Amino acid sequence: MSAAKSRAATDARGDGSFLPNLGKRQAYGRRWAAAFAAATIAAVLVLGALVASIVNDAFGLVAMEYTVDPATLAPGGDIEKLSDAELVAALEGNLKSRRLRALGNEKPLAERERADLLALVEDEVIGWEVVETFSLAESLLGRAKVDAFMAAEHPEAKLVFRSWVNARFLGSSQSATAIDAGVRSALIGTLMTILITVATAFPIGIAAAIWLEEYAKDNRWNRFIRVNIYNLAGVPSIIYGMLGLAIFVRALEPITSGAAFGAVADPTGANGRTILSAGLTLALLVLPVIIINAQEAFRAVPRTLRESGYAVGATKWQVVWHHVLPASFDRVLTGAIVAVSRAIGETAPLVVVGASTFLTQDPTSVFSKFTTLPIQIYQWTARPQEDFHNIAAAAILVLLVLMLSLNAFAIILRNRLRAKKRFA
Amino acid sequence: MHETFPDARTGRLSLAKRARPVEAAIRGLLSVSAAISVLTTLGIVVTLGTESWGFFREVGILEFLGSLEWQPVIGDFGIWPLFNATLTTSFYAMLVALPLGLMVAIYLAEYASDRVRETLKPVLEVLAGIPTVVYGYFALATVTPFLRSLLGTELVGVYNTFSAGIVMGILILPLVSSMCEDALSAVPRSLREGAYAMGATKLEVATQVVVPAAFSGLAAAFILGLSRAVGETMIVALAAGAGPKFTLNPFEPAETMTGHIVRISGGDISYDSIDYRSLFAIALVLFLVTLALNSLSRRIVAKHGEVYE
Repeated sequence: MSAAKSRAATDARGDGSFLPNLGKRQAYGRRWAAAFAAATIAAVLVLGALVASIVNDAFGLVAMEYTVDPATLAPGGDIEKLSDAELVAALEGNLKSRRLRALGNEKPLAERERADLLALVEDEVIGWEVVETFSLAESLLGRAKVDAFMAAEHPEAKLVFRSWVNARFLGSSQSATAIDAGVRSALIGTLMTILITVATAFPIGIAAAIWLEEYAKDNRWNRFIRVNIYNLAGVPSIIYGMLGLAIFVRALEPITSGAAFGAVADPTGANGRTILSAGLTLALLVLPVIIINAQEAFRAVPRTLRESGYAVGATKWQVVWHHVLPASFDRVLTGAIVAVSRAIGETAPLVVVGASTFLTQDPTSVFSKFTTLPIQIYQWTARPQEDFHNIAAAAILVLLVLMLSLNAFAIILRNRLRAKKRFA
Repeated sequence: MHETFPDARTGRLSLAKRARPVEAAIRGLLSVSAAISVLTTLGIVVTLGTESWGFFREVGILEFLGSLEWQPVIGDFGIWPLFNATLTTSFYAMLVALPLGLMVAIYLAEYASDRVRETLKPVLEVLAGIPTVVYGYFALATVTPFLRSLLGTELVGVYNTFSAGIVMGILILPLVSSMCEDALSAVPRSLREGAYAMGATKLEVATQVVVPAAFSGLAAAFILGLSRAVGETMIVALAAGAGPKFTLNPFEPAETMTGHIVRISGGDISYDSIDYRSLFAIALVLFLVTLALNSLSRRIVAKHGEVYE
């Protein structure tokens, strides 16, 4: 330190040590500039790694074995070539009598469509079973290694390339085996939950913002509301889950279970752990964010617009409804949609509120049990089996696409509204 | 409109204020909407308060704050194993987010051209918009296996607080860097020009003039980031491990406060049991800690935030 000080002193005297030092300082500056840039690149690379690791797990080779070799059913193992009668025979010859009776009760085998029979033979007789999965990188870059491994470990198994995101994945519900599981119920659950969130949080949030920006006097109560909203925005989401559990699931159970509306309590026994409770919990969670965004939008509306309304005799509400809202609605709406797209990804509060752990039926009303996409991702990721990680990755892709399309919708909507806007 | 104007018919001009019931009703509706946020806070305080009160009557606040064991099965309810795990994950999260966030912010505010900044900022926003459960997947399925292959499977557990902390750092990085960048950008140009005029290099201007001038904003950003890390749930629920354990080894599994709440409430839990109420006591601690951090962060900005006009 003292050395630096004396150097500074000699510099001040102008003895020429400034210049030789300059090169060193500039080199030091360049090194740090590179470090700052590197940190930024690292942050971007992390995003790339995140996406890459998900894509890596959502596609790849899958080794499958069957319990009954199709070659024993049809020559060459091609069951497509079998006639309907042969398919029925294959089912009758290989299935347990109890299962056959159950199928017959649903619909007699002889009356079933050919596609239905083929699917039954494939699912129930041949019974594909995943014995090993490989990531996309392994499948593309290390094919030789995969083949060698397969020859040594599972010589019987058939190796197919599989996209874990596929039509069947989107169209089927939860299942005990990864290859049959899908996100259908979760997707419907997510959409229904979010609809409730939007239906409650949008009007209340925008109304609260109008109160705070247009009506509220600067008194202690209104200042308290403002501070309170900022504090609420920082409360961890899991606390909202606890609130939802105590208020919506337990205290308001007659309402959230539907019992109060004559709708007989859900036969599956949801007991307040319903889509309605979940949607309302998320509504409380996004409310502060929607209010803060809407307040900013109203604040951006020029004062002159309001004054000119008052000047021609408009009431306060007429000014708000006919002038302030149309002039700011694009920003209010985009802010609200972005807040809701964040709510779609929320997991923790819904686990606490009581998402079902294994739901194979689609929700039928807002009083049904629920599961959502993020909950499904959580449950599949928490399982130790590799193939459940594959479908978790596939579900993440579905979730990200859903969120991206919502954001894109928000941007398109904003541009549309902006073009129509009467006031700039 | 004018024919509905009563004064126009009578021909007399009245300046008295008219009663406007619709306006009054709307006014009432709006103020009730605004009051819902206060009700939410009240709901949080009351539910956490009453359930925790029931818990503390059975367990005792001294055991809750003093014991190093959390084993509900045998009636041990000491918060420390959970709190310690929360501290550990938050510490490693800040170890990533603090330097990296500040460096990214300095780069964006001081070095990057406008075009680079306009392309990079949306990328960081995307990073901030990804659901936390996806980060949890990333921690468990990618980062932990990578650490295990790097440092050895005996050292690093399948579930560990280190990996959860690192990924949590990545999660809060965009928040920290964007708040820091706002603080740095708010420092007036004249301060920089003054330093340049004295012969300072770009680095010296950034680190010895701009960063100290924006210090309060930076501190607020870090504290807010820390608060986010303490309340973060899904990453630790997936990657940090199940089972409360008091350990300082980041490569061992340990359950955080949030992780414990999610695991227990996700299973079958009967209301009015001590286990159920214990979750509310943990949530109360969590609420108070994050509230204190958030208030501190806002107070720093309000009190020490330098306003350059």
